Amino acid sequence: MNTTPDLASNAPEIDPQLKLRLRKAERFLKVRALLLVVPLVVFVLFTFVLPLTEMLYRSIHNPILVDNLPEVAALMRDWDQQQLPGDDIFTAVGKGLVVAREQKTIGRIANRLNSEHAGMRSLLTKSARKLRKYKGDDYKDYMLSLDKRWGEAETWGAFKVLSSEYTLTHYLAAFDMQYNAQGEIVSQPEERQIYVDMLLKTLKLSLLVTLFCVLLGYPLAYYLSILPPGKSNLLMILVLLPFWTSLLVRTSSWIVMLQGQGVVNSTLISLGILSEPLDMMYNQIGTVVAMTHILLPFMILPTYSVMKSISPVYMRAARSLGATPANAFFKVYFPQTIPGLSAGAILVFILSIGYYITPALVGGRTGQMISNLIAYHMQTSLNWGLGAALAGSLLAVVLVLYWIYNRLVGSSQMKLG
Amino acid sequence: MSLPVHATLLERFSYYGLRCFAALVLFFLIIPILIIIPLSFNAEPFFTFTEGMLKLDPDAYSLRWYRNIWESQEWMLSIKNSMIVGVCATLLAMTLGTLAALGLSQRHMPFKGAIMGLLISPMIVPLIISAASMYFFFTKVNLAQTYLGVIMAHAVLGIPFVIITVTATLVGFDENLTKASASLGANPRTTFFKVTFPLIRPGVISGALFAFATSFDEVVVVLFIAGTDQRTIPREMWAGMREQLSPTILAVATLLILLSVMLLLTVELLRRRSDRIRGISE
Repeated sequence: MNTTPDLASNAPEIDPQLKLRLRKAERFLKVRALLLVVPLVVFVLFTFVLPLTEMLYRSIHNPILVDNLPEVAALMRDWDQQQLPGDDIFTAVGKGLVVAREQKTIGRIANRLNSEHAGMRSLLTKSARKLRKYKGDDYKDYMLSLDKRWGEAETWGAFKVLSSEYTLTHYLAAFDMQYNAQGEIVSQPEERQIYVDMLLKTLKLSLLVTLFCVLLGYPLAYYLSILPPGKSNLLMILVLLPFWTSLLVRTSSWIVMLQGQGVVNSTLISLGILSEPLDMMYNQIGTVVAMTHILLPFMILPTYSVMKSISPVYMRAARSLGATPANAFFKVYFPQTIPGLSAGAILVFILSIGYYITPALVGGRTGQMISNLIAYHMQTSLNWGLGAALAGSLLAVVLVLYWIYNRLVGSSQMKLG
Repeated sequence: MSLPVHATLLERFSYYGLRCFAALVLFFLIIPILIIIPLSFNAEPFFTFTEGMLKLDPDAYSLRWYRNIWESQEWMLSIKNSMIVGVCATLLAMTLGTLAALGLSQRHMPFKGAIMGLLISPMIVPLIISAASMYFFFTKVNLAQTYLGVIMAHAVLGIPFVIITVTATLVGFDENLTKASASLGANPRTTFFKVTFPLIRPGVISGALFAFATSFDEVVVVLFIAGTDQRTIPREMWAGMREQLSPTILAVATLLILLSVMLLLTVELLRRRSDRIRGISE
């Protein structure tokens, strides 16, 4: 193949194919490494990523009109929202409702429309009942005489929103917004604005939990890190045991401790500190206390492992150079602990923002968080689109935080215990 | 660290202040776990210490709540289910996770960061989101309300723990050992079982224990995808706490605490052993 140049003739003979063979060998190793990972990646894609993607799809997929009243959907897409729809649309809706009533799909259509504009459910079911007996062909006049709401822009606005197969309406609803009759984005009526408040409350409670974890965890991690190894290992068990104990055990324990006739109240009363029991359970206090307890080890462990690696020499040097203890601590020691501190704090925040079990059990009515609302829409109200949109928004927040965490710590540096 | 004799008043104050504060935080961490144990022996159906209990009157204590577990069909079924699901999910997560960790810790692994991020994500995504999406998907592929469905879901949740612990054990793994084994004529299979695996075994086992604990404690996914036949211990506890709080729950909780003590001790022993094998001493 290649002729070796004269210059190199004195140098040891290099096989021209060596490079090729090396590349081949490396490719082989690469493929072998990949093959080891493939089974797990396929498994995770199937049981985790695919379901997640499908749910996110559900949050923008909006097939109810397109599937059940295709003619109406097609006509509505061309309607310009400037004036009342023409005869053709009224006729299509009128006939469609009768068919939907026979096929028993009217309930679902009415529910979905009702979530866009209140009152649509009664309008649809009532009209469908009457339309069944209508034999004429001037649907527009007849429907307007049945109910004046057929002449309102909001009614047709709701149809318009649902006419396309993909929509952002669930995401708008998740942030207390909606399309108005003219197709503009406006905020929901006052009494329906609950989601932004819930999101803010979730952020507030998560921040509180994170703050308490920092305040309680940092000094304890510091104390454990300056103890001799034997003693600190022993005390570390007190941190690790809660970490290993079932979440439900710890939550039930807090119910036992904090409820009206619970351990804390009865102790305080028998000591004469309280005259009547405090309300500490089934409200925000219960949620915050129990969650702080559950997440505290996630704060302590990374902080401790960073503190352990800081040599005491720096502090001594700072002191010997004349720094006051406080100065030495804040200027020399504290900055070195920030990686562990921020890793722990972000982890606690990520975990608490998506918490479900503890708020559901100890939060009562006021201590609920966004996850509980998602569960409500998924299991009780069956408004899956809205539930999926709330889940999608929460997922976005968590993934951004995870990305920051990864930049700061690196997921390969994550340690357990 | 003891206090030097020349310490100023402020130093003394902060030294003892720190000790007191640390003691209080440790107390806060451990008290909810300790308090459950004596209460589970309460003879009365109360959740607080009765007069008799405080006076250490033997009549105030009983094993009736433990007997309740034994006699209740639901609890026994849930214990059986938890064991089946936990063991199967752990085996699945352990096998796939160890293989993947071996691949991930190789120098030649492409897209290492992205794959690592993907495999850790089940730990980060809020459980309610995973559970709800699995519910819809598993219903479609007929995995909802089956043992296989619950096992697969729990295995996915346990995988991040296996990946993290096994890759941590593989950090600083001496590749010359496998090369030496190969040069002495061992095939890759023999090399893995005779050389690599004994070295990473502590990491694999503690990862498996984490995965088992995750499955044993998981309730959100079970709430969504399990049927009545697959109710696990946490699922029973959840039902008990939502409907009527019975002290039987405290007895179950005590047993679970016992289990977590055993898991914790095993993992700690394994960690020390692994450090010793790899020549890392504290």
